Amino acid sequence: MEPVLALVVGGLYAAAIYMILRRSIVKLVIGLLLLSNAANLLIFTVSGLTREAPPLISAGLDAPLAPTADPLPQALILTAIVISFGVLAFAVVLINRAWHVVQAEDMDQMTGTDT
Amino acid sequence: MTLLVGLPVVLPLVLGALSLAIWRFPVAQRVVALVGTAVLLLLGIALLWAVIEHGPMATALGEWRAPFGIVLVADLLSAIMVLMAGIMGFVVALYSLGTVSRGHESFGYFPLLHLLLAGVCGSFLTGDIFNLYVWFEVMLLSSFALLVLGGERAQMEGAIKYVTINLFSSAMLLTAVGLTYGLVGTLNMADIAVKFDGAEDGGRVTVIAMLFMVAFGIKAAAFPLFFWLPASYHTPPVAVSALFAALLTKVGVYAMFRMFTLVFDADTAYTHNILLWIAGFTMVTGVLGAAAQFEFRRILSFHIVSQIGYMLMGLALFTPLALAGGLYAIFHNIIVKTNLFLVSGVAYRLQGTYQLKQLGGLYRSHPGLGVLFLLSALSMAGIPPLSGFFAKFILVRAGLEIEAWVIVAVALAVGIGTLFSMIKIWAEVFWKARPEEATTGAPVMDVASPGLHWLYVPIVLLAGLTVLIGVAGQPIFEVSMQAAEQLLDNSAYIEAVLGSEEGS
Repeated sequence: MEPVLALVVGGLYAAAIYMILRRSIVKLVIGLLLLSNAANLLIFTVSGLTREAPPLISAGLDAPLAPTADPLPQALILTAIVISFGVLAFAVVLINRAWHVVQAEDMDQMTGTDT
Repeated sequence: MTLLVGLPVVLPLVLGALSLAIWRFPVAQRVVALVGTAVLLLLGIALLWAVIEHGPMATALGEWRAPFGIVLVADLLSAIMVLMAGIMGFVVALYSLGTVSRGHESFGYFPLLHLLLAGVCGSFLTGDIFNLYVWFEVMLLSSFALLVLGGERAQMEGAIKYVTINLFSSAMLLTAVGLTYGLVGTLNMADIAVKFDGAEDGGRVTVIAMLFMVAFGIKAAAFPLFFWLPASYHTPPVAVSALFAALLTKVGVYAMFRMFTLVFDADTAYTHNILLWIAGFTMVTGVLGAAAQFEFRRILSFHIVSQIGYMLMGLALFTPLALAGGLYAIFHNIIVKTNLFLVSGVAYRLQGTYQLKQLGGLYRSHPGLGVLFLLSALSMAGIPPLSGFFAKFILVRAGLEIEAWVIVAVALAVGIGTLFSMIKIWAEVFWKARPEEATTGAPVMDVASPGLHWLYVPIVLLAGLTVLIGVAGQPIFEVSMQAAEQLLDNSAYIEAVLGSEEGS
């Protein structure tokens, strides 16, 4: 399972960076979206996959009997998803406002602050 | 006692919530901002005092013990940075009274200011790398909203670049955090430091170190990934520019100092050599970029970049004296750079533009402002006896001691370049007569409070601080030296975090 996920992670990073390098600001935001998903999937993969062993402790015991899946990466990913959701919501509003103000969605038209 | 470590994070969060609750009452928001940031400043002093007395302190949030739960840690560096954040928060809140328009205030300027400070203080105090990522995001999201407050075209264009590159760096940081967890199964910085020291696979540790370096390098606006900074920092209201210049890049620099002394101190021949190259190029490109500019705040923005180079130089040389010099440069630069932005805001209030070509004659009409500008400008260029001289002196001395001739030569040359830019501003804005065609431009007066004296109070405060840490450089240097020794010998930090395990 890990090799497949590793390839997916790599593909997501590549697609995200390709999209960020495009000139359209809509594609830019799609790229950022893919990038945050790639990072989340990376955390999930790199911390080890354990199938069919939920980190639950049976009644009357202090610790699980057999090794279980690590619940912490999922907590991290959940936090990261919430944060990236908030940030990307802001980014979408921002490109909408920018489109109204600049009347263009091409990064090459947004060079007013570069010189 | 350990409550004190958490308060600088909790207080701005509470103030932010309170400011949101009194959304409709701008006067009350201003009072809360002034009093709240003043209390934050006092907390910073108390925390620094306590850390000097007792050494590094740690507190476990929710009583979850060290490697498992999140800890807040205050060593000397963290405590000083929190104090700096308190000073800057107070000064900028004071300055905002006279420069932030009613429109901006009614769109949540003050709540965002508090949340930004919460993010900054959280980043300084946390002892957990995932928590560090979370505080970075708190800080970034507030800064995004502050940056676009007003919604002008230049702000939109600057903000898209700022948001994109910062989100990219956050993703890099998250990637590095994930890989670290995959390698050692812990997120606590002290615990990672212990486990990395015993790690057999040094190569992978170095890869992670480089990912952290890229992520923090973007946040710190280090070469080659600094272009978002001069593209955006001159667009928002000037109080926001000043706050960003004071704190945001310094959080990146702080994170580098923390990670590359505490955690990644094994393969220094490789990582710190790269850092040295970055430092040199950051200095040079920043100062050359500034030489080509003729907009007040853009010149200052490029100089933020070049000054970051000095701080990184201190980290890269990696001797106690060099680290102390880097820290001294951080403290000095936060104060001086903010003050220059504040002066640019007053010039804008008086003559309605930031373009050097259209400004002029300010020394004739406002000699006091000229003197205040000159104090900060010469301090940044490194003229004795102001604070910048000692920062550069310590760094150069440290460089000479380990015979790093090239970086010392670069640092000295960049000092001359800085002086050139500062004198250019002085000649154009203060010395030359005001150009004829510009005199018709009406001064901008549509701000909440008409009194110019509100703008002078913070500038005088900061100029006084610059002179003070220059003239009384010895105690500041001693504190920097102690902080540097704490950074290099990280056993006290690790014991404060992990040692509490047996105690509780």
